Amino acid sequence: MKKSVYINSIGSVSVQKTYDGTTFLEDIIAYKDTTLKVVDPNYKDFIPPAAARRMAKGIKMSTVSSHTALKEAGLENVDAIIVGTGLGCLGDSEKFVSDIIDNNEQYLTPTRFIQSSHNTVAGQIALAMGCKGYNFTYVHANVSFESSLWDAKLQLENDEATNILVGGVDEMVNHHVETHRLIGHLKEVPTSNEEVLNATSKGCIIAEGSHFFVLSNEKQDTSYSKLVAVRTYNTLDISEVSTTITAFLSEMNIPLESIDLVVLGNNGDSEYDRYYLNLSAGLFKDISQIAYKHLSGEYDTATGFAFWVANKVFKTQSVPEVLRLNKLKTAKPQRILIYNQYRGKNHSLVVLEKC
Amino acid sequence: MNQGIAITGMGMISAIGNNVAENYASLIAGKSGISRITKIQTVHENEIMVGEVAATNEELEKRLSLPHNTHSRTPLLGIIAAKEALQQAGITDISSYRTGLISGTTVGGMDKAEQYFYDYFERDTHWAHINALHAGDSTQKIAEAIGLEKSFITTISTACSSAANAIMLGARMIKSGELDRVVGGGSDSLSKFTINGFKTLMILSDTYNSPFDENRKGLNLGEAAAFLVLESDTIVAQENRKVLAYVKGYGNANDAFHQTASSENGDGAVLAMEKAFKVAGLAPSAIDYVNAHGTATPNNDLSEGRALQRVFAEKVPDFSSTKAFTGHTLAVAAGVEAIYSILALQHNVVYPNLNFKTPMKEFNLVPQTELKKKEIKTVLSNSFGFGGNCSTLIFSKEA
Repeated sequence: MKKSVYINSIGSVSVQKTYDGTTFLEDIIAYKDTTLKVVDPNYKDFIPPAAARRMAKGIKMSTVSSHTALKEAGLENVDAIIVGTGLGCLGDSEKFVSDIIDNNEQYLTPTRFIQSSHNTVAGQIALAMGCKGYNFTYVHANVSFESSLWDAKLQLENDEATNILVGGVDEMVNHHVETHRLIGHLKEVPTSNEEVLNATSKGCIIAEGSHFFVLSNEKQDTSYSKLVAVRTYNTLDISEVSTTITAFLSEMNIPLESIDLVVLGNNGDSEYDRYYLNLSAGLFKDISQIAYKHLSGEYDTATGFAFWVANKVFKTQSVPEVLRLNKLKTAKPQRILIYNQYRGKNHSLVVLEKC
Repeated sequence: MNQGIAITGMGMISAIGNNVAENYASLIAGKSGISRITKIQTVHENEIMVGEVAATNEELEKRLSLPHNTHSRTPLLGIIAAKEALQQAGITDISSYRTGLISGTTVGGMDKAEQYFYDYFERDTHWAHINALHAGDSTQKIAEAIGLEKSFITTISTACSSAANAIMLGARMIKSGELDRVVGGGSDSLSKFTINGFKTLMILSDTYNSPFDENRKGLNLGEAAAFLVLESDTIVAQENRKVLAYVKGYGNANDAFHQTASSENGDGAVLAMEKAFKVAGLAPSAIDYVNAHGTATPNNDLSEGRALQRVFAEKVPDFSSTKAFTGHTLAVAAGVEAIYSILALQHNVVYPNLNFKTPMKEFNLVPQTELKKKEIKTVLSNSFGFGGNCSTLIFSKEA
């Protein structure tokens, strides 16, 4: 008998003031830009300043969001740590590469190389809390976070662990942004939140963030939701998305009508938002729909923000108006489906239930 | 409960061979692949030794009928290994069962990123590589090459234990019924990035690496790709597969001691091995051969040696590190050594730990230094990485 998997706590550092877990997107930070940085929490409350100076941004953000999640779950330690990150602490990788080139492989110091290791965040969190359990890092673009969720779900269902810290983190850094600007992955002109949801141009707004959650097979009075299904697909033609989602739901014995809220990853790229628009007008037309990337920006683990939003919706039993994509409202969401893809690749489906 | 997961195919390319058979021939002949570096221009060329794959990118592209300079070296190596593994398993239609691809890598497309770091801003010639830096791109390119679509593919990067973790996840996915088949392993190419990174850590040897030797001077970096095909019992029965060996046990733990160094007593390594025994339902006495991580850094070999003594008490089985053959192939080390472990089971051999002369003063552990023939039923393979990551895989002849 497989055990149920609960989301017992959440933690977020993002482009919005989500680090303050007491609110739910009430005070939106508006922008008009092509890149967005996180709203920095007071890192000093979590990290000694001396240590923070050389610390990669990804580690700093994740120290705060993981700490927030652990504290809320009332845990000092966990059985496993699983982190998804598209690019790891890329800022240090870029600086290490430019140092290699600029200094002709001389006068290099190890810190940047060490922090470049993709599993630095998971390793640092384990080190800080002395967690000797399972420690994995998934680095598969925009299904890095979903890979982590799937892994955690397997372990909890099979009772191989009781509490798992699962997270997604990506930092935004200069060389990555500027090179991707060259190939048209970013908006050419500064774009506002509202414009993202009514996009007529290609490219998206690149951002960053870190989201951590405690997943457990022990329900608490304060649990947010139940994770019932995760699936990813490396490729899907736009014409196959609806049928694939229908087949997935049917395999999971989840009637489409039982889903009362869908969370879509519209990022304002007119070329690829068609994947979502087709669903909005088609398969999901009778379901309440929300979007979030106009608030979070786009990055490999932006679905961490979506997961945070979905759990907040369950907890508060409310949907902030700023998220709404259509006029359909759901009174008390029972089941939420999150669908995401980036540039037509790496599609993911996550289903959460009220618990 | 302790049933192993069937391995039905394996494929690899490394400094000691372009396929599994060539690798085995080199292992048996005691032929090391460590040499001076020839394919990357580096100011350190006279201070380091490496385990390079003989073929140039152009030769690999030709072998795979790929256009010039569309793939970084990591996916090129990976495609060769994955295709060989599928061929051995006799898989012609990858979509006939629910198949996943799980690859471990540390550098991804870094070899191209470092080459064109400034070039991207001067001309558009190499822009196709811009989005290939991220690790997942190499896995997707391997998926494309083997025709895997609409499927679960993911990439694991836990430094030098990545491929062990990829194989572990694959076994768990099949065991839980989430997938029927997994192509799991890893690929990593040499790059200036890793050469200079390990150089700053001062753990690169200027000569042939000598695992578990008192006078070991550090590691030689290597490059390789290695993939296993894991299949469910249902496929094995339906397709009448020849099973090469089984993934019998696996365990991952964290040393939680230091970001780049292992604890003196190998706590994480001990935990990883203990977990693997538990999954396998085996006692340490069942192990006939240990393919050690044995990177030949002062820190690893001491920590791992202590861990082996703790786990096996006074009865440490025959053990050797094959890093003196291949160099340390980082993310894929565990993939390379998984295949060497399976070959050890198939041929009943223990490989020599090359370059060993003097036992370490801290303990009396002496690796197997000559090729040894004996009945081997169960092999344990260790892999440890930065971030305190410790992984153990156990392979067996019997399910």
